[in-house]
This record gives sequence, C-alpha cells and structure tokens, in this order.
Amino acid sequence: MFTRYANPERFMRLSAWALPLSAAAAVLLFAIGLPWALAGSPPDFRQGETVRIMYVHVPAAWWALGIYAFMGVASLMGLVWRHALADVAARAAAPIGASFAALCLVTGSFWGAPTWGTWWEWDARLTSMLVLFLTYLGYMALWAAVEDETKAARLAAILCLAGLINIPIVKFSVEWWNTLHQPASIDVAAAVTGKKQAIATPILQPLLVMAGAYFAAFVALLFAGMRAEIYRRRATAGARRRGGA
Amino acid sequence: MNMAQAIAAVFRRDIALAWAAGGGAAAPLGFFAGGVAMVPLAVGPDRATLQLIGPPLLWVMAALAALLVLERLFQADLEDGSLDQLLLSSAPLELLVAVKGLALWLAIGGPLTLAAAPLAITLQAPLTATPAIIASMAIGFAGFVFLGLTGAAVAAGVRRGGVLIALLVLPFFAPVIIFGAAAAQAAVAGTNFWPPLALLSGISLAGLALGPIGAAAALRLQAS
Repeated sequence: MFTRYANPERFMRLSAWALPLSAAAAVLLFAIGLPWALAGSPPDFRQGETVRIMYVHVPAAWWALGIYAFMGVASLMGLVWRHALADVAARAAAPIGASFAALCLVTGSFWGAPTWGTWWEWDARLTSMLVLFLTYLGYMALWAAVEDETKAARLAAILCLAGLINIPIVKFSVEWWNTLHQPASIDVAAAVTGKKQAIATPILQPLLVMAGAYFAAFVALLFAGMRAEIYRRRATAGARRRGGA
Repeated sequence: MNMAQAIAAVFRRDIALAWAAGGGAAAPLGFFAGGVAMVPLAVGPDRATLQLIGPPLLWVMAALAALLVLERLFQADLEDGSLDQLLLSSAPLELLVAVKGLALWLAIGGPLTLAAAPLAITLQAPLTATPAIIASMAIGFAGFVFLGLTGAAVAAGVRRGGVLIALLVLPFFAPVIIFGAAAAQAAVAGTNFWPPLALLSGISLAGLALGPIGAAAALRLQAS
C-alpha cells in the first residue's frame, strides 16, 4: 500500500480529496469537541473549571509524541526503501509536531499556574516534553541547513531515528532525576496522582473527541504540507529546465 | 595496511591533532576553567551557595566544552579529505569512528577531568568528594563524546554548523548531565553517589555502543 503511493502523481490524486475530507473532519470534530469540553463537561471536583485546560493540553501532548513516532517510521522507510514521499512526509510532519509540543508546554504552564501554584515545574513530563520540542527544532534546523535535498533527507532521517532512541531514555532519566532531587512538592504529587486516577466517562468522552480532532487536523496539515512541498519541487525542477534551455 | 594498523594510525593521529599547537586541548580546557571561574563572580562568594551549585555548574561547562570539540571532530576530516581515506580503509568505519571518539575522550576528556578536581575545590567542594567527582567526570565525558558523535557527524559539512550542532546534540546530553551532576552533588553532600554513578556508566556505555553506528551512517552520506 505504501509503495503504491511512492508515486507523487498517485499521491497528488489521493490527497486532492483526502485533504479537504480530513480538514472537514477536523472542523467538525473541533465544533463538537470544543463546546462539549469547555462548556458541556462537568467541572472537576478538586480543580474546578481549570480542568478544562486538559482538553486542549492532553491531546497536544499525545500527538506531539505520536507525530514524532510517525516521523520515525517515515524516516526508516525513507532510509531503507528510498521511499520518495516518506522523506516529504517526515519533513512536513515536523513543524506540526513542534507546534503541538509548544502548545502542550504553553497550556501546561497555564494549567500549572492555578493548580500547582507555579508557571513552570521541572516535572518529569514537562521536562521530557521540552526535550522533545528541542529535538523537533533540531530536526527542522538540519533540514534548513543542508542544501542538497537528498543528503538533507538522509541525514535528517538518521537524526530522527537517533532521537527516537533518545526520547525514552530522557523520559526515564528525568523520572529518576525527579525522585533523586525532589521528594517534596506535595502539591505537584497530589495533582499528578489526582490526574492519574480513573477518569470519569463524562470527562473521557470529550477528551477522546478532542484527540480525534487533533488527529484530523494533523492529517489535513500533513497533506497540505506534503502537497506544497511537491509543488515546490516541481516548480524548482521546471525553473531549472527553463533556465537550461 | 591491516585493520590493527589502521586503528592504531587513526588513534595516534587524533591524539596528535588534539595536542597539536594552535587548538588542541588548551582551548576547551581554558573554556571550561574560565567559565567555571566566572560563576563565583556572578553569584557571589557565599560558601553554602557555591557548594550547592558548584558540581552542577562543572557539568554544564563540561557539556559546553564537549560541544566545542565535537564541532570540529569530523568537520576537519571532511575538509582535508581524510574522511575519504577512512572510508577506503579495510577497518569498518564504525570502529574507526569509535577510535576517534576514544582518542578525543583521552586527549580532551583526560585533562578536563583532572582540572575538574581543583575547580571543584575552588567551588567549596570538600576534599573527600574529589575522587567521586573525577570518576564521574571521566565516565560522563565519554558519554558526552559518544552520544554526541551522531550529531557531530550529521552537522559536519554544514555552513555555520556550530549553532546547529548545539541544537542537535544537547537533547542527547540531557541524561548525562542529569546523572553526572547528581553523582557529583551526592559526593559533595556526603550521601551515596553510587546509584547515579552506575546509571551514568550505563548511559555512557549505551552511547559507546550506539553512537558510532549513527555517526558512521551519517559520515558515509557526507562523503558521497
């Protein structure tokens, strides 16, 4: 199935209708999910209305991680099978993933201020999300810095796979580090364990709708980014042909 | 040239280059010591404060010094064509890259590790803590070098690679800094420093196992 869409022509035909379809799905899911999450769902008994930040924050965190995993798979396909569109997909996914990671960090900070009493806490999850964000930035900077695009694609793929190994290590390191350094911070611990408790259905349903909305938005933006990249390559190739003639 | 000769030649060459005039170990060492010396000037001479932030600051400065040397590690080989010679060698590139890392660790990490002890003492670390600080710095600098190899190889050949390499490599340094500084802090505080030291060794060994593979893959692309 994947080799079939290595042909850019075929991909353009597929994405021509898949892009508006996923965009419409994103709009629809946000239209249902946002009012449901921000007004329709019950406030948390401990955190009150501030719990609603979760509906924006948690899906961003999930997909920031998910998109990096997607980039890892795409990078592997690009390296192993020289799949032409896998490189394009990984490159187009990176700014979306970086935006989700940034959104997660910013909303996490807004959520931390009223519930934890601080704008930033070097909590294990926050810290590993920050490292993930930096990894995204490095990946994008590498693409921008290397001029030969084939070489840039391969180097970026190697970096992406190395990062894929690094991120779980960082995740476990900061968890250990937290237990080594900060046995206090009872407020944080209470908030975190409070979040870990089984989520009630009226909270879970809008959360899942929001996660679906984020995913649809990612797919739509990915298709849009990939199409733009393919058009850009065609334009450069066309300009080169005309210049040579 | 057989494999052992090739490895020995790369090792000797990299050690010689690291200690050659006009660069070498002096620059990162000066950077490390100078940076650490700035700290008391910035935070003031209070003994308790320096004791608390001293070991972590040694680690931050060591990480930056490692960045400084990693930036040039493959860049020079790419520019003067010695990378092509490494590729032509009968020894696998992964092994040669690991040897280059080893040479860098000994030539730069060695002096830096030794300098860490007097610097820690100026930051009010007790004398009894210096063996643990030296041990953790020696193990951790290997982690910096080997975990940074892939990023250094990827960024080689890029114009203005210095800024890029910082962004690429620092995420890989995070675990080393965490456990290295934790071991040094525990040593200064007089608590048990073995758990973070063991974890630091694990991270560094993982870097030794994986880093040369990623770096060799990137270098093959750089040469093509």
